[in-house]
Amino acid sequence: MPPTALTASAPIRRHTPRGKAIDPIFEGLCFGAATMLLAALGGVLISLLIGGWPALSKFGFAFITNVTWDPVNDVYGAAGPIVGTLITAFVALLLALPVAGGVAFFLVEFCPQWLRRPIGTAVELLAGIPSIVYGMWGLFVFAPVFAKYIETPLMSSAPSGSLAEAVFSGIPNGSGILAASIILAIMILPFMAATLRELLMTVPTQVRESAYGLGATTGEVVMSVTLPYVRRGAIGAVMLGLGRALGETMAVTFIIGNSHSFPKGLFDAGSTIASTIANEFNEASGLQASALIALGLVLFVITFAVLALARLLLRNQTKA
Amino acid sequence: MAVSAARVARRRITNVVFVAFCVLVTVVALVALTAILYSLVSQGLAGMNLKIFTMDTPAAGSEGGLRNAIVGSILMSLLAMVIAVFLGVMAGTWLAEYAGNSRYGVIVRFLNDVLLSAPSILVGLFVYYLLVKPFGGFSGIAGAVALALLAAPVVTRTTEDVLKLQPVALRESGVALGSPVWHVIRRILWRGSTSGILTGVLLAFARVSGETAPLLFTALGNQFMDWSHPLKVMTQPMASLPVVIFQNALTPYPDLNRLAWAGALLIAATVLAVTILSRAFSKEPKRS
Repeated sequence: MPPTALTASAPIRRHTPRGKAIDPIFEGLCFGAATMLLAALGGVLISLLIGGWPALSKFGFAFITNVTWDPVNDVYGAAGPIVGTLITAFVALLLALPVAGGVAFFLVEFCPQWLRRPIGTAVELLAGIPSIVYGMWGLFVFAPVFAKYIETPLMSSAPSGSLAEAVFSGIPNGSGILAASIILAIMILPFMAATLRELLMTVPTQVRESAYGLGATTGEVVMSVTLPYVRRGAIGAVMLGLGRALGETMAVTFIIGNSHSFPKGLFDAGSTIASTIANEFNEASGLQASALIALGLVLFVITFAVLALARLLLRNQTKA
Repeated sequence: MAVSAARVARRRITNVVFVAFCVLVTVVALVALTAILYSLVSQGLAGMNLKIFTMDTPAAGSEGGLRNAIVGSILMSLLAMVIAVFLGVMAGTWLAEYAGNSRYGVIVRFLNDVLLSAPSILVGLFVYYLLVKPFGGFSGIAGAVALALLAAPVVTRTTEDVLKLQPVALRESGVALGSPVWHVIRRILWRGSTSGILTGVLLAFARVSGETAPLLFTALGNQFMDWSHPLKVMTQPMASLPVVIFQNALTPYPDLNRLAWAGALLIAATVLAVTILSRAFSKEPKRS
C-alpha cells in the first residue's frame, strides 16, 4: 500500500521572534516623533495666539487697518508692515517668475548639451546660499548702484504731478520697497528655476516629440504642450516661491529701510512683518512685544494659506 | 492644403523672440548670481586672516575675529542636527512604514510639508516662548532647538521618500525570515537607505547653518565664551556666525563690515561644500 500523501508528524514549533516585544515600543517612538512635528507647528500657532492676544484684544480689527505704529504712545497698527510684506513679495514674484521660467525652458528645451549640467548644477547650488548673503550684497553692493543709476534718474525724469512721480517717490538712497523686492526676486530665482526645471523634466519625451513632429516651434511646444502638462505643479512651485518671499527676514531687513509708515511709493522706505519683528522684538516689552507677536500671527496665517495651497497643488507632481 | 507663408514667418519670428527671451533672462540671472558670488568671494577674502579663527568678536575699532561665533555656530548646529536626525528619521519611518494612507498620516505628511517652508522667524518666536521666557534667559540650547525644528522636516521628508523606494518584497522577506518589524526596519530598510537619508541630513544641515532669524530671539549672541563650566556653555547666550554677520553688517564701522563679509564667505563656503557632498551621496535621480 502506497503511503498516504501526508502523515501527521509533530507540528513545527514556531518561536515568537526574539525582540518581538520591542515592536510596539518602536512603533510608538516613531509615532511620537511624527506627533512632535505636528506639535511643533501647533505650538507655533498657539504661542503666537497667546503672545499676541493682548494686542489683538486691545486693538481688534483696527490692528490690521491702522497705519500708526507708535511705541511711545503704545498705539500699534500693522497696516504698514502687512502691506509692505504683500507688495515686496508680489513684486518679487512678478520679477522672478518670467526669469525663472526662461531659465528653466532654456535648460530643458534648447540648451546645448555641454552647458546643461554646469548651469543646472549652478542654479541648484545657488538655491542653497543663505539669505543673509543676499541681504548683505543688497546693502553693500546693490543699493549704491541702484540709487545712482536707477532711482535718481527715474525720479528726476518723472514729470511733476504725473502718476510716475507718485510711483517713484521716496528718498533715492538705494533702500526701499522696490530695492527689497529686487533682492527678494534674486533670492527666490534659483529655487524657482530649479523646481520648474525638475518639473519640466518629468514631461515624457514622446509628448514633446509628437508636438515637434506635428511641426510646432520650440516656443509653441513649451507654451502649448510641456507647460500645460505640468501646470498644477508649476503653480505650486510659484506659490512655494511666494511663501519664501513672504516669510523672508534677512534678505529684506538689510535693504527695506525699516520705516513703519505706510509706503507711499516704490522708492519709499517700508518694512515687512518679518523685518519689523527681527528689528524690534529683543528691545520690546509689554504691549509692543505683544503687537509684534500678533504681527507674527498675521504672517503665519498668510504664509500658511499660501503654503497649504502650494503643497496641495504640488503633492502628486514632484518631490520639491 | 497650402500653408500660408506669412503665417509660417510669423510663427518663426515669435519663436525667435521666445528663444531670445529665454537666453537673455538666463544670461541676466547668471550675471546677477555671479555678481553676488564675486562680491562675496572678493570682499570675504579681503577680510580673511588667521585672527578670524583665533580671536573673539571685537568691539568697534579693536582687533578681533570670529572664533566665538564659529564655535557657537558649530555647537548649536551639531546639537540641532542630533535632535533633528533622531526626530526626522523616526517620523519619516512612521510616515513610510506605519502611517499608510490613514487620515492622521495624511495630516502629518501635509503639515510637515508646511513646516518645511514655514517662515523661520516664527519658529524663533515659538522657541522664545518655549525655552527662553520660562527659563529666564537666552541660551545656546534654545538656539539649537529652534534650528532643530527647521531641520527636522527636511530629514523627515527625505527619510520617508527614500524608504518608500525600497521594494515591498524586501520587507516581506525580512518578516518571513522571522524578524520582528523593528529589526527589519533597522537592519534592512535603514541600511539600504543610508545614502539617501544622509543626503537629507546634509541638506538639512546646509539649510540650518545659514539661518539667522530664529537665532536672534533664542541664542541672541555673546561676546565671550565661558568655558569654566564646560557643561554650562550651552545654557548661556551664544554667538553664532549669522547673527554676528547681521549685527556687524549693520554697523557703520568698516572693520566690523569686513568681519561680516569674512563670516558670510565662511558660511557660504560651508553650505556649498555640504551641498556638493550631499549630491555626491545621492545619485542623479532618474528621469522619466
